[in-house]
Amino acid sequence: MNLTLKVWRQKGPEVKGKMETYPVSDVSPDMSFLEMLDVLNEELVEKGEEPIAFDHDCREGICGSCNLFIDGEPHGPMNRTTTCQLHMRSFKDGDTIHIEPFRAKAFPVIKDLVVDRSSFDRVIQAGGYVSVNTSGNTLDANAIPVPKEDADMAFDAATCIGCGACVAACKNASAMLFVSAKVSQLSLLPQGEVEASERVRNMVAQMDKEGFGNCSVTGACEVECPKGISLENIARMNREYLKANVSPGK
Amino acid sequence: MTKLDAKIPEGPIDKKWTNHKNTIKLVNPANKRLIDVIVVGTGLAGGSAAASLAEMGYNVKAFCFQDSPRRAHSIAAQGGINAAKNYQNDGDSVYRLFYDTIKGGDYRSREANVYRLAEVSTSIIDQCVAQGVPFAREYGGLLDNRSFGGVQVSRTFYAKGQTGQQLLLGAYSAMSRQISKGKITMYNRHEMMDVVKVDGKARGIIARNLVTGEIERHGAHAVVICSGGYGNVFFLSTNAMGSNASASWKVHKKGAYFGNPSYTQIHPTCIPVSGEHQSKLTLMSESLRNDGRIWVPKKKEDAEAIRQGKLKPVDLKEEDRDYYLERRYPSFGNLVPRDVASRAAKERCDAGFGVNKTGEAVFLDFAAAIQRYGKTEAKVHGIENPSKEEITKLGKGVVESKYGNLFEMYEKITDDNPYETPMKIYPAVHYTMGGIWVDYNLMTTIPGCYACGEANFSDHGANRLGASALMQGLADGYFVLPYTIGDYLSDDIRTGEISTDTPEFEAAENEVKSSIDKLLSIKGTKTVDHFHRRLGKIMWNQCGMSRNAEDLKKAMADIRALRDEFWSDVKIPGDANEMNAELEKATRVADFLELGELMCLDALDRNESAGGHFREEYQTPEGEALRDDENFSFVSAYEFTGDPGKAVLHKEQLEFEAVEVKTRSYK
Repeated sequence: MNLTLKVWRQKGPEVKGKMETYPVSDVSPDMSFLEMLDVLNEELVEKGEEPIAFDHDCREGICGSCNLFIDGEPHGPMNRTTTCQLHMRSFKDGDTIHIEPFRAKAFPVIKDLVVDRSSFDRVIQAGGYVSVNTSGNTLDANAIPVPKEDADMAFDAATCIGCGACVAACKNASAMLFVSAKVSQLSLLPQGEVEASERVRNMVAQMDKEGFGNCSVTGACEVECPKGISLENIARMNREYLKANVSPGK
Repeated sequence: MTKLDAKIPEGPIDKKWTNHKNTIKLVNPANKRLIDVIVVGTGLAGGSAAASLAEMGYNVKAFCFQDSPRRAHSIAAQGGINAAKNYQNDGDSVYRLFYDTIKGGDYRSREANVYRLAEVSTSIIDQCVAQGVPFAREYGGLLDNRSFGGVQVSRTFYAKGQTGQQLLLGAYSAMSRQISKGKITMYNRHEMMDVVKVDGKARGIIARNLVTGEIERHGAHAVVICSGGYGNVFFLSTNAMGSNASASWKVHKKGAYFGNPSYTQIHPTCIPVSGEHQSKLTLMSESLRNDGRIWVPKKKEDAEAIRQGKLKPVDLKEEDRDYYLERRYPSFGNLVPRDVASRAAKERCDAGFGVNKTGEAVFLDFAAAIQRYGKTEAKVHGIENPSKEEITKLGKGVVESKYGNLFEMYEKITDDNPYETPMKIYPAVHYTMGGIWVDYNLMTTIPGCYACGEANFSDHGANRLGASALMQGLADGYFVLPYTIGDYLSDDIRTGEISTDTPEFEAAENEVKSSIDKLLSIKGTKTVDHFHRRLGKIMWNQCGMSRNAEDLKKAMADIRALRDEFWSDVKIPGDANEMNAELEKATRVADFLELGELMCLDALDRNESAGGHFREEYQTPEGEALRDDENFSFVSAYEFTGDPGKAVLHKEQLEFEAVEVKTRSYK
C-alpha cells in the first residue's frame, strides 16, 4: 500500500507546531501502525532528518504508552484497540492519514506526538490506593470472600491502562472515565471500601486541580476506550461522591 | 581472585530465612529517615521495593525511563503468579513449590534462595488481595487457581490474562501512596547511565533526563537495580521496545559479576514472525496450554498443503495429526516446561512439519477444549441431548471467559479467529534467567549495590517455570530486600547525606557525557535499528534455542566486528540536549553489543545442556538435554576486565541438601 501521512511536528513545549506531509510506500497490511511509523522514521534518519517522536513501549496493548490521535479518533478507527495493536489492514491503498497528539490542557505536548500525562499519576497519588503496608502479616487472602460478580466488576474497572484516550476523546477533556475506573475498582472490594469517601473526594479534587474538564455524559470516552471501560463507572463514582459528601463523617 | 561468598545462612533449609531475619542488623525508624536509597526500575521488583522501603522510613528515589512507573513491562505478564497456598487441596506445599522450581530450573539454582521464594510466596497473595488486586474468584467468593507448565498442582493465581497488569498496578498504587507522602521522589522519563562508586561502595547514579537531555547526579547510601532482563539483545523478543540491559551492564562494568548470562528463556507459545518489518513478538500466555493442544500434521505433504493454503487445518483428520508433546511426554503432555516445549516445536519445524508460510509455526488448538467445556455447560444448564452447535456455542463461552483477551489480541495481530481455526505459534525470546550475580541478601559484588527481580540471576536456574517471574519480582521487592538491605545500611546511620559534589561523581558524569558525544559525533550511514537487527540475528541463530561450539565462536567474532562497525558507522540525528529517541536506543544497543558477546562466551564455556541452554554436542539419543553435574554444577559469575569476550569466570559451586539431584524427566 502507498499512503500519505499528515503528522503533527512540534520541536518542544514552547515551540509552535504544524502538520507535515510524508509519503510512505510499500506498506504491508500485516504491519502494525507503529511499525509503519518505524519504517518512516528509519527512512527519515537515513536522510538525515529528525524522526517523529511518539510514545510506545510494550506494543501489545497493555502498557498504555502509545497514544496517537489518528484521523480524529484516539487510537484510530478500530474500536477497543490501542494504537500499537492497530494494523495497516484497517487502511486502504492511497489513504491520507492524519496523526496528532492527544490534546488536552492537562496533557501538554513535550515533542511531536509525545505528551505529558503525569497528571494521571498525580490523580492516583491523591488516593488511588488502599492504605496498607507491606508487612506480609495481613489477613489470609481467603479470609474475606468477595462475591464473584463484584470481583469481576472490580477487575473490569481495573483493566484501565491509563492511556488518556478518554480525555482525548472528550470535548471537555474530562478525565472522569479514568478516575472513576480506579474509584470503582476499590469501592467494589471490601479492602478498599474503608477509605472510599476520602478517596473519592481527594481524587476528584486533584482531577479538577489538574485542569481536566467536566463530564457532560456524551459517552465518547467509553466508545474510544481501548479497554472498553464502562460509563457505569462514572455513575458509580458520582454515587460515591454524593455519598461521601452527604455523610462526610464516614 | 575474589572469593564468591553467597552468604547462605546456617541451619536447615526451612529455618534459614527465619533465622537470618532474626539475626541480621536493623536500622531504627529514626535513623531510616537519614538514609537514602535509589531504586532503578519500577516493575514488580522495583515498584514493590520502592514502596516497601519508603513505608519502612527510608527516603527513596525511584527512576523509570517510561512516562509513568505504571508502564514498566511487568504489566504485560499474562498468565499468573504461583503461591503455595494449597487452596485447591491438591497436596501443594512450600516444599513442593520449592522442589518444582529447583527441578524446573534443571538443578542450576541456589537452593536456599529458591526455598525462601517458595516460603514467602503465600504472603504475596495475602498482600496483593489486601491492596485491592482483583484476582479471579470462584462463585463462593474464594480465589480461583489454575495450573501451569512443569507442575502437577493448581497453584497459580490469576486475573484473566492480565495478572501482571493487576499486580503491577497494585505495586504502583503502593508507590503512589508513598509519593504522595513525599517518601518516594519519582523520576519519570529518566534513564540510569552509570553507577557511581565511592570508596568501593555504590553511592549513587548518573541519570539522563530523557525530556531535556540533562545529565544529573543522584547520591544515595545504596543503589537497587530492578531494571529487568536482557531479552532485547535478540532484537525480536516479547519484551517491551524500551526494555534494556544498560543498568545491569553498567554495574557489571563497575564491578558487579554477571551470573549465568547464557541462560535465556525461549517461550514456546508466541505469535510467529510475519515479516522483516517486525518490531517485537507477542506472547500467548502459557495458561493456554491448560486447554490448547499442540500439534503439527503427521505427514509432510499435509504440512506442505497447509503452508500453501490448499488444506485447512480444521479439515485434517484426527489420525493425521501429531500431538507431539502428548506423544513424547505422556505424563505432562502439553504442560511440559517451556524449554522442553520450545525445543520440541523447533525439532518438528526443522524436520519440515511447520505450518505457516515460513515453516516456523505449530498449531495450538482449542477445538477439543471447546467441546469438553460445552458438554459440561450443557449438563449444568440441564440441556438434554444438546446439538453439536449448542455444545460448541456453550464451549466457546467458557473459553472466552478464561482467555477472551488473549484470543482478541491474537485476532487483532494475525487476522485469524482462534475460536474457529487453531492458533499458529512459535517459540520466541521471553525471559532471561541470567542476570547480575547476587548473594543471599540480593547484594551484588559491589557493596551497597543490590539487584532484584529479573535483573538478578538468583532463583530460576537454567529455566524458569511459568508464573514464577511475578512471584520472584514481588518476593524480592516486598519481602526480601527491605529486610536484607538493613543489614548493610545499619553501618550508614552516621554517614550523612551523600554529596554528589565529589571527584567520583564528576568523573562518572564526564564519562557518560563523553560517551554520548562520541555516539553523536560518528555521523555514519546506518540507523541504530540496523545494527540491533543484525545483532539479533546473530544471537537468535547462534545463541538461541540450540547452540554449538563452532557457531558460538563464530558469533563472538561476528559480534566484535559488528560492534566495531557500530562505533564507526552509526547515524544518530539530533543532539544530546533534547528528547532524542535514537540516542536512547543507541546507548542501549551499544551495551547489547557487549553483553551479546558475554552470553556467547558463557554458552561456549558451559559444556553441557541445562534448561534453556541446549548444546547440540550434549544430548541424549532421544534428543533430550544432557546435564553434566560433575563438572558444571555451578553458577557462572563473570568479572568484567575491559573486554566482554575476555571476562574472568568465577564459580559458585551449587550444593544440594534438601533435594536429590536427578535427571529431569517429564515423560
